[in-house]
Amino acid sequence: MRFVDEFRDADKAHALAAKIAALCEPGRQYKFMEVCGGHTHTIYKHGLEDYLPEAITLVHGPGCPVCVIPMGRLDDAMHLAARPDVIMTSFGDMMRVPGSNGSFFDAKANGTDIRMVYSPLDSLKIARQNPDRKVVFMAIGFETTAPSTAMTMLRAAAEGLGNFSVFCNHITIIPAIKAILDSPDLRLDGFIGPGHVSTVIGCRPYEFIARSYRKPVVVAGFEPLDILQSIYMLMLQLAQDRSQVENQYSRVVPWNGNPVALKAIGETMELRPYFEWRGLGFISHSALKVREKYAAMDAELLFEVPGVRVADPKACQCGEVLKGVLKPWECKVFGTACTPETPIGTCMVSPEGACAAYYNYGRMHRTRVPEAARAAGSRAAGS
Amino acid sequence: MTAGRAEQVTDREQQVLDRIDRARRRRPRVREERVTMSHGAGGKATQTLIEAVFLEEFRNPLLEPLEDAAELRVPGARLALTTDSYVVSPLFFPGGDIGDLAINGTVNDLSVSGATPLYLSAGFILEEGFPVADLVRVAGSMRVAAAAAGVSVVTGDTKVVQRGKADGCYINTAGVGVIDRDITLGAARARPGDAVIVSGPIGDHGITVMLARGELDIEADVCSDTAPLNGLVAALLDAVPGVRAMRDATRGGVATILNEIAVAAGVGVLASEDDIPVRPEVRGACELLGIDPMYVACEGRLVAVVPGDQASEAVRALRGHPLGAQAAVIGEVTASQPGIVRLTTAFGGTRIVDLLVGDPLPRIC
Repeated sequence: MRFVDEFRDADKAHALAAKIAALCEPGRQYKFMEVCGGHTHTIYKHGLEDYLPEAITLVHGPGCPVCVIPMGRLDDAMHLAARPDVIMTSFGDMMRVPGSNGSFFDAKANGTDIRMVYSPLDSLKIARQNPDRKVVFMAIGFETTAPSTAMTMLRAAAEGLGNFSVFCNHITIIPAIKAILDSPDLRLDGFIGPGHVSTVIGCRPYEFIARSYRKPVVVAGFEPLDILQSIYMLMLQLAQDRSQVENQYSRVVPWNGNPVALKAIGETMELRPYFEWRGLGFISHSALKVREKYAAMDAELLFEVPGVRVADPKACQCGEVLKGVLKPWECKVFGTACTPETPIGTCMVSPEGACAAYYNYGRMHRTRVPEAARAAGSRAAGS
Repeated sequence: MTAGRAEQVTDREQQVLDRIDRARRRRPRVREERVTMSHGAGGKATQTLIEAVFLEEFRNPLLEPLEDAAELRVPGARLALTTDSYVVSPLFFPGGDIGDLAINGTVNDLSVSGATPLYLSAGFILEEGFPVADLVRVAGSMRVAAAAAGVSVVTGDTKVVQRGKADGCYINTAGVGVIDRDITLGAARARPGDAVIVSGPIGDHGITVMLARGELDIEADVCSDTAPLNGLVAALLDAVPGVRAMRDATRGGVATILNEIAVAAGVGVLASEDDIPVRPEVRGACELLGIDPMYVACEGRLVAVVPGDQASEAVRALRGHPLGAQAAVIGEVTASQPGIVRLTTAFGGTRIVDLLVGDPLPRIC
């Protein structure tokens, strides 16, 4: 398949892996954080770690929007959805995230009207078809999905649609990265920058990381070769004692971002003074809310939202996993009490969550020696 | 590239993995208070529901293997019995409709159990207001499909429920066949060294139905692969009587079958992504939707486990039949990593292929 297979070429991967290995200084350990959950997913889905030398550790960052939704916000959403006059619409990722009293899926099975949509625009369709009901879109995501929520709001306003509103949980990536950089329990050598977010915000916002924290950043695409090449670019910066923001994903990410998308966000949303992130706590100016001009579409104003803060389950160590302090399997409940079927923490829910990715794709006894196995042919590797 | 990842699994990680293995072997329990869509998706939740509720209540030696059909021994004959319900939405889709699906699905469950399908029953649950013309069309395609498979629908039932209490038309079919070969098949019979074969490109049916719903604004030139497999199975068994197991890869796709084999036989399965036939259109749609074709349903494909030294003979036999033209060996059974299915990715890495929790594509059959 064109534009896909080129980025999954095993021969090129071997060549890159050799170049990465050659850049490793003997005795030095390298820790890179891939900020975005999409990268975590790619890394496990394609078995990318098989190509990395032992000295390089990938730390899975907080860039999975489902994973950082605090339980209280979900309970608020559930409260909204339970109103008989409301139809809640949500992306599929959110459906299995556990709140204090079960997930959207559980609520749906109990008769709550929650509908899965593939685009916020689908919510408008539902709103048009149900003029006597109030359609609330559960808006989640970083700057990646915020523009589509914004465009949907603009469309609703243009159509004069009175029964559509947004429960806004959009968050912004930079404050989260800053929180991680300031966290004392983590030492990182560089960042694999989030590709999708950067299509909107561009590369400039990361410059403080290179300048003030002296860590290299490489904005990366989502195919396995993209990630491998980004790791090579990070290693090269370290070897040359540079710390810069580089753009590996230039085929998609413009250096200055997408001004149209940014304008739509700016028109409809503004920064909240602070917002709670699961595992990371309250981070100031880290999330968006609906602007006053569009108050008629702000579900938080239209309906009564309890806004209660709910502590995460005690056993859950999502916070440490999200900060990259713990590897998924190091969590006390990983794979036993907390599994994709019965997730306790959000990292186990989304396919982009570090725990789910490790459980679904990486949970195996890697007893083989990759080089020898490859030489003997892939078939023989398992026996 | 450096070796060394091999030693990456520390003792502590190993302990965690062992603990997870033990947790996975525990008796399944349904934790939900109500049935959710996941329980019908063919993945882990379905399996848990079946084992914790139905197997618990109905437990008997004929049911316990949970094969596609039960084998009944009556004086002078070995019979196979199976049943399946069809709730696909939409009812009509490129390449077929709920009618031929209902015939082929049951014919295939019998065929992969080694039986020659003979007689089928058909039960209809119809919603008030369902167009009679559509019912005639569905019954017509059932007639054509039954003739193609050489079976007869010999008994049936019809119920009508109020508008809104069903979605148009649901069909249940049951089927009886006779096992006239001296063979015993079963997922538990897979042995290390065996080859795993798939009879053609995977995922056509699931993607077709998904796109036919028109919710996604994606178009692709794909058709359901719904077809009776009895001819193909006969061709395979004629050539390779030593076949260990066959399954038709419906809900949950090839990935689910491989997991069933790994668990039932206590073996590992190592598949190779490069060797799994997937049509470019299906791969493209899956790529856009973020779905793994390994989990997408087929309605005319089988997965067979055969002794390693008979693999090429089996592929040749399958390819000699029109429905098996693109048959391929996709992996092998291993002694290592019992209960786990691994995939060598096209990129050159290795990962697990687990059962899905829920299906991204509900009501595809």
